Amino acid sequence: MNGFSVRAWLIAFCGITRREALRFINQRGRFLAALVRPLVWLFIFAAGFRAVLGLSITAPYETYVLYEVYVTPGLCAMIQLFNGMQSSLSMVYDRETGAMRTLLVSPFPRWFLLGSKLVAGVVVSIIQVYAFLAIAWLWDIRPPLLGYVAVLPALMLAGLMLGAMGLFLSSAIRQLENFAGVMNFVIFPMFFASSALYPLWRMRESSTLLHDICAFNPFTHAVELIRFALYCQVNWLSLAVVLGCLVLFFGLAIFMYDPGKGRWRKQGGTA
Amino acid sequence: MSDNALDIDRVSHSFGPVQALKEVSFTIPKSSFAALLGVNGAGKTTLFSLITRLYDNNSGRIRVAGHDLRRQPSRALARLGVVFQSRALDADLTVMQNLAYHASLHGIARSDARSRIVELAGQVGLGERLGHRVSSLSGGQQRRAEIARALIHRPDVLLLDEATVGLDVKSRAEVLSLTRRLVRQGQVSVLWATHILDEIQPDDGLVILHEGQVLRQGPAAEIAGSRGLTQAFLDLTGIAA
Repeated sequence: MNGFSVRAWLIAFCGITRREALRFINQRGRFLAALVRPLVWLFIFAAGFRAVLGLSITAPYETYVLYEVYVTPGLCAMIQLFNGMQSSLSMVYDRETGAMRTLLVSPFPRWFLLGSKLVAGVVVSIIQVYAFLAIAWLWDIRPPLLGYVAVLPALMLAGLMLGAMGLFLSSAIRQLENFAGVMNFVIFPMFFASSALYPLWRMRESSTLLHDICAFNPFTHAVELIRFALYCQVNWLSLAVVLGCLVLFFGLAIFMYDPGKGRWRKQGGTA
Repeated sequence: MSDNALDIDRVSHSFGPVQALKEVSFTIPKSSFAALLGVNGAGKTTLFSLITRLYDNNSGRIRVAGHDLRRQPSRALARLGVVFQSRALDADLTVMQNLAYHASLHGIARSDARSRIVELAGQVGLGERLGHRVSSLSGGQQRRAEIARALIHRPDVLLLDEATVGLDVKSRAEVLSLTRRLVRQGQVSVLWATHILDEIQPDDGLVILHEGQVLRQGPAAEIAGSRGLTQAFLDLTGIAA
């Protein structure tokens, strides 16, 4: 054991969370940008598609729903996906500027430091999601009131999984310039090859292979977990996949950041 | 318990086929100022990365205030303060917010941290600047803020990696004199990595690192001898004057 009291662990966790919150407050543009993206999809894209994309009754909906209603949970997950990538981008930036070193030379174990940073990022993303849901409510997208509470653990889990994936990616990216590749090869394929914008049965109508890819995509399960929770239901398969991917991605991130096992030991990268 | 603040014992490290450090050994006694002198690429930053456990060394042993870095990493890191070569403060936050953040990384409660921050800011001459954003400080002030950050948890050993790089002459002198004052007051032992010979005084401890190997160690005056430190360094490293 390292001899720290429970209170000391809590102080360290709160300190890391507070710093993320302060950075978030100082970067109001980031908050607005995170909101504008899903709102553009909701107000423009969804309005356009409403007329052409018919939706039959799909769980968890008990009746026909407008396309805007269908797409809203996917846009919540999109906020978290982009936030996770934003966090990983800031990790790469911190590594390039040297700020990351000050975190990693803390006497607390590395898994705890990375986990705290991960949770802090997710808290920020949840604030963004609730701001988006509030605007969507004004747009007449109104899930049951209890759904706003029930969705919180789903958002936490989905955010942690996507953040852990970002954390893992950040350990593998050596330079900030390489981040464009992440956008093209990770974020966009993940988002479009999922159930965020169209239900999986629609995918199957056009391509079975594409349907299978979407069904395999962890982001699809993050979306479905949020969608079901928003309507006070649990999608057990999605819950299991999200939990499994969270453990996998976080485990890989810890391995990569481990001083004795990860990439730095072999390559001498900056931290 | 060791009488030394820092023990480096036969430490080697390589990155793939490149051997960055070869059997590096030296010690820093308590409450002393030691300079780690070497040209760029000598292995100073790699050694600092190993001492701060950014990554583990391939072989050898590092002890900080008697604590083995591999076996007791938390205890060892808790005794260590570090000022890295690249600036590590968050430019968008105030000096107070930055220092409070680093206090929390050592498990120090906000109330305790606040009084410690005020005390340290006074010591490094930033008492009036605590509420200012780091981005508004001069290079020298930022360096002094980094030293305050590194001292927040009362470490036994302070590592400074090329801490005066990019500073003007006045700021360089201020940072160096502040660090020496901390040693004289018995607050901390210092390992000062540099490639600038002017920063070393005759009564400093000196370790000359070249191509990943320690060429000489001992009191700077003894190594300099009658030739002077510059000539001694050039002779030892084989670098043409």
